[in-house]
Amino acid sequence: MTSWIDIAALDDVPQRGARMIKTALGCVAVFRTAEDEVFALDNACPHRAGPLAEGIVHGKSVTCPLHNWVFSLETGEAQGADEGRVATYPARVESGRILLDRTFLQARSAA
Amino acid sequence: MTQKLIVIGAGMATGRMLEHLFDAGADYDVTLFNAEPRGNYNRIMLSPVLSGDKTYAEIVTHDDTWYAAQGVTCRFGERIATIDRAAKTATAQNGDVLPYDKLVFGTGSNPFMIPLPGHDLEGVIAYRDLEDTTRMMDLGPANKCVVIGGGLLGLEAAAGMAARGVDVTVVHIMGHLMERQLDEAAGYLLRRALIDKGITVKCAANSKEILGENGHVRALLLDDGTELPCDLLVMAVGIRPNVQLAQDTGLAVGKGIHVDDQMLTSDADVLAVGECVEHNGAIFGLVAPLYDQAKVAAQTLMGEQAQFVQKEISTKLKVTGCDLFSAGDFADGEGREDIVFRDPARGVYRRLVIENNIVLGAVMYGDTADSNWFFGLIRDKTDIADMRDTLIFGPAYQGGTPLDPLAAVAALPRDAEICGCNGICKGQIEDAIAAGASDLGAIKATTKASASCGTCTGLVEQVLAVTLGDDFVLPAAASICGCTDMTHEDVRRMIKSQRLTSMPAVWQECGWKTPDGCHVCRPALNFYLLADWPLEYRDDPQSRFINERKHANIQKDGTYSVVPRMWGGITTPDELRAIADAADKYMVPTVKVTGGQRIDLLGVKSEDLPDIWADLNAAGMVSGHAYSKGLRTVKTCVGTDHCRFGTQDSTGLGIQLEKELWGAWTPHKLKLGVSGCPRNCAEATCKDIGVICVDSGYQISIGGAAGMDVRETELLIQVPTEQEAINVIKAVTQLYRENAKYLDRIYKWMAKVGLDWIKERVAAEGDALVDRFELSQTIYRKDPWAEHVTQQAERYKPLANLSLEAAE
Repeated sequence: MTSWIDIAALDDVPQRGARMIKTALGCVAVFRTAEDEVFALDNACPHRAGPLAEGIVHGKSVTCPLHNWVFSLETGEAQGADEGRVATYPARVESGRILLDRTFLQARSAA
Repeated sequence: MTQKLIVIGAGMATGRMLEHLFDAGADYDVTLFNAEPRGNYNRIMLSPVLSGDKTYAEIVTHDDTWYAAQGVTCRFGERIATIDRAAKTATAQNGDVLPYDKLVFGTGSNPFMIPLPGHDLEGVIAYRDLEDTTRMMDLGPANKCVVIGGGLLGLEAAAGMAARGVDVTVVHIMGHLMERQLDEAAGYLLRRALIDKGITVKCAANSKEILGENGHVRALLLDDGTELPCDLLVMAVGIRPNVQLAQDTGLAVGKGIHVDDQMLTSDADVLAVGECVEHNGAIFGLVAPLYDQAKVAAQTLMGEQAQFVQKEISTKLKVTGCDLFSAGDFADGEGREDIVFRDPARGVYRRLVIENNIVLGAVMYGDTADSNWFFGLIRDKTDIADMRDTLIFGPAYQGGTPLDPLAAVAALPRDAEICGCNGICKGQIEDAIAAGASDLGAIKATTKASASCGTCTGLVEQVLAVTLGDDFVLPAAASICGCTDMTHEDVRRMIKSQRLTSMPAVWQECGWKTPDGCHVCRPALNFYLLADWPLEYRDDPQSRFINERKHANIQKDGTYSVVPRMWGGITTPDELRAIADAADKYMVPTVKVTGGQRIDLLGVKSEDLPDIWADLNAAGMVSGHAYSKGLRTVKTCVGTDHCRFGTQDSTGLGIQLEKELWGAWTPHKLKLGVSGCPRNCAEATCKDIGVICVDSGYQISIGGAAGMDVRETELLIQVPTEQEAINVIKAVTQLYRENAKYLDRIYKWMAKVGLDWIKERVAAEGDALVDRFELSQTIYRKDPWAEHVTQQAERYKPLANLSLEAAE
């Protein structure tokens, strides 16, 4: 079962941009695409822990600012020749607000 | 025996004629008179000069060296006063009497000025020569200009000035623009495109009077009472052959100087070519027939048989960024049929006028790729009965299956014109290839095809491909990234020539394969757009690498480093105290002096950035841009202040340079050094731009590096004064901004374009470059720290903090 929590207004995250959320178990990056879809992923790149929220967002991908690894926002999979994956979390937009799933965020602690 | 030839007028026709003469080794002692105080330049390229796409230096076709090499006596800025045909002498204005064996008139044409009341006011000009062009270029943004005349010339003038930010209104007496070349529908599309460029267009407008104030133009009054205020009024309503001297000389003259098929006038020792002639009742304004005349005249002068034959001509509109083509006759008439194709969404319009299965005329707007093929049908009077169904779609759709695009080029006859600017046809290119030219550069060098405006480059390459077959490999320049097949250079050219002022426009017009680019192309496009359109384009932070988006260097652990600016490397105890206090307050783990003489605070947390900036701002310091593809530092020595060898105030110059250049975005980082003497304590000779002060002035050298490559600078110029040094540095910085590929340091760019080219451009258009640099600096010379502290501090904090909630 999902339990959606209101995180912030959609406009608090720039289009083709991201913001970071602190949780007890590390940071989650919330992305907003040019099409106003939102995605939530672990903020740390599996390569050298680069902050993905600071990357360049293009299409449904983000490029890590440290060494240019590219990740799919939908699956969290590294693209191209790189191998690795970041965790993804349910996220959606309702009435101009960004909603994340509390259950999934908390499940991070169990993982 | 060497014969004496006097040529009156150094225009495009006589220039080409002299080339033919000298190429053939004709034995003539030539004296060339020109009323304009200069030699031959490509007059049809004045429009790109006006719009800023080219400089005057680039459109010169024959320079002093060429005239000298051919032994031509140049008398520029001088007119011929009289000619005595019986004595075969010409008298110059200063009274010199020169004998001739042959004389050639190339007196061109005069712009027609409508004799409206007020047409002699100061600020009313024609659009004809370099002086007129300069007047328009000097008008400056935000001034108002009215152009009378909605023909080719008037629209090019209007578009050129609009590109420079001038508020332009075009007044045209007819119901639609370019009524001689376009039908109403295409005229409408053109009008809409011009309006989109910010040009006001008034058709069916009758000018009544030019109003003045203190002898200078103030406004144009229309007969409906409308007043159009203006600082400059350009009359571009047509030209008249300049026949005054010919008439005074007693030659047969009608609309122009009468010539026969050999270009001989009514006097067998006097020839005439160009816009001043009348041949079989026709006069000439486009360049292709002028070049034909030039060739015939040269052959006549060499005693060879040749005949000038009038051909169909076509018109393409350049400069305005509107793709437009017209050829032949497209008036309505008995027995004439139209085939019309419209695609309003793409802004495409095509119309063919057909009579008895022969195409008489074609008008195309928006997509003119097939114009050469249609023009061929018109000129060759091809019977189109078999392809009538699919004719309008162009050559690719004829014959049932889509053809190889090269087939259309292969099918062109040898006399099909490929390069309109230089009047080069397919056969000449094929001949050049047969003579050994195997790439575009060689074709340009041997035939001049595609050497002017460049719009035919693709076509020339196709002719190469067709002729050479597998031997020709299209130069596969690396594309920017996987989102596009275009190179950085191609995209920059598109941005400038098509006036693309936003990223979506670039993606659309250049056919990006991704919806919004990637981390490779977006920062490059963002830079190109802000460098080319500083006033119109709005910087996109989301297309910047994190360092520039957050105005601090990201470190490997996700913290940042902060470097405040120390102008010219000079600081004060107060500034040092403020930096020390900030380091304490924000628990900065490392404080380091950088290679560029600044202090680096390393290890600052992202959310602390706005606070530490606010503290440093309060102490009078601004961002050091130590993270940017922009001006980083100007390193200095102490110069005359303290050093016993220092020759100039190098510290003062360094500070001044940094204050003038800071904030300027560049293709890659830009580092400067100023040393007070050749001992070079500031290590200026391994910087992007270095200055070595010497007793006699300032040696400015460029292209140094001390990074992945280590290089010494090369001397650009030495200037005597500090102000000249600053101007040269601004000019070369702007040239680099406007031309280099993103992420090329100056030395890499210099390796591509050559130091000589940079020298020439800085010499030829230094002031204009400085002006454009200053214009851009009015937008970008500001402290991003202060801006982010007040407007964006929120963005540096987490969007939400769920750490407590998750712990519950």
